[in-house]
Amino acid sequence: MSEPPLLAVRHLDAFYGDFQALFDLSVDVQAGEAVAVVGANGAGKSTLLSSIAGLIRTRRDAVTFDGATIGGTPAHTIAARGIALVPEGRALFPSLTVEENLLIGGQLKRPGYWNLRRVHELFPMLAERAHVPSTTLSGGQQQMAAIGRGLMSNPKLLLCDEISLGLAPIVVRDIYARLPMILAQGTSLMLVEQDVVQALKATQRVYCLQEGRVALAGAAKDLTREAIAAAYFGV
Amino acid sequence: MERDREAPMIDWINVILQGVLVGGLYAMFAAGLSLIFGVMRLVNIAHGDLIVLAAYVALVTTETLGVGPLTSLALVVPLMAVIGYALQRLVLNRTLGEDLLPPLLVTFGLSVIIQNGLLAVFTADSRKLQAGDIEVATIRVFEGVYVGLLPLLQFAIAVAVIAALQFVFYRTALGRAFRATADSQSVAQLMGLDNRHVFALAMALSLAVVAIAGVFLAVRANFDPAIGPARLIFGFEAVIIGGLGSLWGTLAGGVVLGVAQAIGAHINPGWQLLAGHMAFLVILAVRPEGLFPRART
Repeated sequence: MSEPPLLAVRHLDAFYGDFQALFDLSVDVQAGEAVAVVGANGAGKSTLLSSIAGLIRTRRDAVTFDGATIGGTPAHTIAARGIALVPEGRALFPSLTVEENLLIGGQLKRPGYWNLRRVHELFPMLAERAHVPSTTLSGGQQQMAAIGRGLMSNPKLLLCDEISLGLAPIVVRDIYARLPMILAQGTSLMLVEQDVVQALKATQRVYCLQEGRVALAGAAKDLTREAIAAAYFGV
Repeated sequence: MERDREAPMIDWINVILQGVLVGGLYAMFAAGLSLIFGVMRLVNIAHGDLIVLAAYVALVTTETLGVGPLTSLALVVPLMAVIGYALQRLVLNRTLGEDLLPPLLVTFGLSVIIQNGLLAVFTADSRKLQAGDIEVATIRVFEGVYVGLLPLLQFAIAVAVIAALQFVFYRTALGRAFRATADSQSVAQLMGLDNRHVFALAMALSLAVVAIAGVFLAVRANFDPAIGPARLIFGFEAVIIGGLGSLWGTLAGGVVLGVAQAIGAHINPGWQLLAGHMAFLVILAVRPEGLFPRART
């Protein structure tokens, strides 16, 4: 690729206190791409997203986004630069209604395609349940609200942390069916997933993490199930 | 003093009305405290002293500029708001974290500093702001029942302030930011909110309300540098009686406290404060979550 990637993670080490979760990790996302990061529990997938989003401190040059080194800068400034994280477990604000959750996602007022009306077009049930507390939604609905909240800031890069977690397969398929529309509007995607099958279908490239390191990387269509299983479990 | 045996009911109505109106003052003491605890779980031990500080700022303003207490609000409110923003940003933000103790210790120290600072500058002399004729004016509600115009006005302003705070919290982007940051600081950051700034704005709002409470206090009663902690107690009691997390509950709490004190005082003047504390203890024992707690899902 002659163009520099939109997101470049280089030699990232991440720690929780004294515990090292990521070792010398390097991943890329090109503009317009959907990239999957798969791996078993504890492999470091969420840590990777938290480090990119600024919730975990890193070296300044470990994360480069849109030409600027952003590693270790405060999370709210990283959000302002155009990275939105859909956290694991949805993490909607319980004190806010569904619509208020979407509105606060748009707090930054970054210009772009996504606004309240268009998020409602993408996820119509959010319009129907606009004024109820966000905690009364079902798991799938909460996931849609969390993704919608991320889109409201018109990010260049949307980081999704295990959006299939705890959801029925039909609900997961329904959500994944909307991802192409998000890509079509110019937002790049990094999907962290335990559901490898779904992740392979939705993305162009895949990284497989194992114990904090990249065990396998390649185009989604090129990787065999066996290779991924081996990298996933480390056998 | 001989009580009019033919209309003890009228007496009690007057007493309770007075208590309700004093409740407005107590609600003003409490509202800023409630707000800060709701947004950042910070218990501000210096809250009462900040009310007294505002009273002295109003005093200086009225004396140097020659304006009335109501007009002085135009200066005292913004000034206290700026002090609140700076206090939070420079000092209190550093104390926030997992542990509840550091903010308590720091605000306790702040309380001591404010009291002694005021003592050094203004001496222990009792002061009061003059509001003119309004202080003694009364309105006749019906036969035998009168309310003071000033207490009525203060109650009306207290209701307006609480309504305004409710509006800010539930109908503005700033209020959304407050509630979201209170829910989860880390996820709020993902929305682009700078927690340090959000907390500082909350403290600025709290001290703006404190400024109003301080001017109320200064007009209503004599004040000196040492009366802060007692106001803090009334504020706490109003918040706890009303229920944590509910601003209208804080108004109700203030009214319950005021009425309890008034009833106690009417039976025996020495029982005024005790009656208020008893009411607080009864509520705490019977319904510890308060009268109108906001259920947190």
